[in-house]
Amino acid sequence: MTWTNTKRIIKAGFMSFWRSGVVSISAILMMTIALLMIGTTILTSAYLQSTLGDIEKKVDVNVYLDVSATENDVLALKQSLENLPEVKEVTYTSKEDNKAAFIELHKDDELLVRVFDELDDNPLRPILKISAKDPSQYGAIASFLEHDTTLSSGGASIINKVTYKKDIIDRLIKILAGARKVGFSVAVALVLISIFITLNTLRLVIYISREEISVMQLVGANSKYIRGPFVIEGVIYGVVSSLLTLALFYPLTSWVRNVTGNFYGGIDLFKYYVDNFGQIFIIIMGSGITLGVISSLLAIRRYLKQ
Amino acid sequence: MIYFGNVSKYYPDGTKALDGVTLSISDGEFVSIVGHSGAGKTTLVKLLLGEDHPTEGSVSFDSVNLAKIKAKDIPSHRRRIGVIFQDFRLLPNKTAYENVAFAMEVAGRPDDEVASDVPHVLELVNLGEKMWNFPKELSGGERQRVAIARAIVNQPDLIIADEPTGNLDPINTYEIVQILKKINDLGTTVILTTHNKGVIDNLGRRVITMDSGRVVRDDVKGRYIL
Repeated sequence: MTWTNTKRIIKAGFMSFWRSGVVSISAILMMTIALLMIGTTILTSAYLQSTLGDIEKKVDVNVYLDVSATENDVLALKQSLENLPEVKEVTYTSKEDNKAAFIELHKDDELLVRVFDELDDNPLRPILKISAKDPSQYGAIASFLEHDTTLSSGGASIINKVTYKKDIIDRLIKILAGARKVGFSVAVALVLISIFITLNTLRLVIYISREEISVMQLVGANSKYIRGPFVIEGVIYGVVSSLLTLALFYPLTSWVRNVTGNFYGGIDLFKYYVDNFGQIFIIIMGSGITLGVISSLLAIRRYLKQ
Repeated sequence: MIYFGNVSKYYPDGTKALDGVTLSISDGEFVSIVGHSGAGKTTLVKLLLGEDHPTEGSVSFDSVNLAKIKAKDIPSHRRRIGVIFQDFRLLPNKTAYENVAFAMEVAGRPDDEVASDVPHVLELVNLGEKMWNFPKELSGGERQRVAIARAIVNQPDLIIADEPTGNLDPINTYEIVQILKKINDLGTTVILTTHNKGVIDNLGRRVITMDSGRVVRDDVKGRYIL
């Protein structure tokens, strides 16, 4: 393929796109719908991931320790918990920290603060807050806390109470797994539908041009020369509809934020869209161009058989 | 230069389009092929263009055996032939100029040649003024002249005109035939298929008459007899 031919093919593609008017506009609108579906898939899965992640973070096991437990005992327990493979993080809140937090929380209630101040001893217990790597591992951690005697100092356990709501966590695990599965299936379905829409749209566009293709063959154009401009048109459809899609997501995500803002404190989709614009741009533009080119190639194939 | 040797063409539905046709056409001849619809004229043209293959027999164009031509060799074979159809077959999204230029571009001719030859050829068919019009803005006769310009611009060895005047009024018909004669006078072989008795009788050239897929007459200075 010489440079002259390449130049001619590119020019012919642009010209045909421009002169096809209504056909080009409808192809772009259809492809924009397809790309909107792909974009929506990206955004909703980001939203789902972040929301589910947030929920997971809120699940933890709180270990309330004895008032008498010494700092050393507590730190030893923290250390052995951190050594467990299931544990992601252990946060220690000392008696003093709890007191400070209590006073801060009730600072407007003078009486309560004064009563608290007059106590000789700090009645608040130190707390160890345990986050697991996976919510399904809380059971194992809880049973470790109940049964492992090495945790006690001087024979008596320093653990006062373990808050662990098995039913709720079990149900949550199921919901999270289900939500992920549904999210993934919906994403796959949406992407398949968008491929189908694009393929059929370009099939129609090329069907309209079937007479032209046969005329080109009669004049002696080879397959590459006939196919080229259609592929260029596919690229143009892809680029234009990607830009349109990216522009539409701006007001769309902003609208979604306003509607759902006070509904659930998950991520702000508008902010997510703006922050990850580079990546989303590449995905949408890449899908647009790839879909355009592959659909054109598939659609024109049957008309090029001699 | 063109030779049909005992050519038969059967279609899957059992139709016999050609039945043992043997004929040869020399360089520089002007041959008219006449016959009723379904006599086999268009099948003959299709075989010459490589659009279809004969069921039996051989078709050759110079040294090329068209019965066995490979798909990849068809485009270059077609660039040696200029074709004109009853329904013009112009590219609707291209102007008269671009339609003619397209034929040169597919033949790989450089830009400067395209820029100088296309206006020249369009002048020859009297369309210099309407070079930038789209086919839908041209009359039937004008469209057919664009098709002729496209057919001759690459200086082909052979022009095939398949019912070129079928959609035209008598004045346009006369003009188109005059142009074809001029092309032939300049040395290009012309094959014309037609239903038009007046055209054939005025030409006074070789006439091949076909009926039911067979050649029934072949006269050096023929008339339209059916």
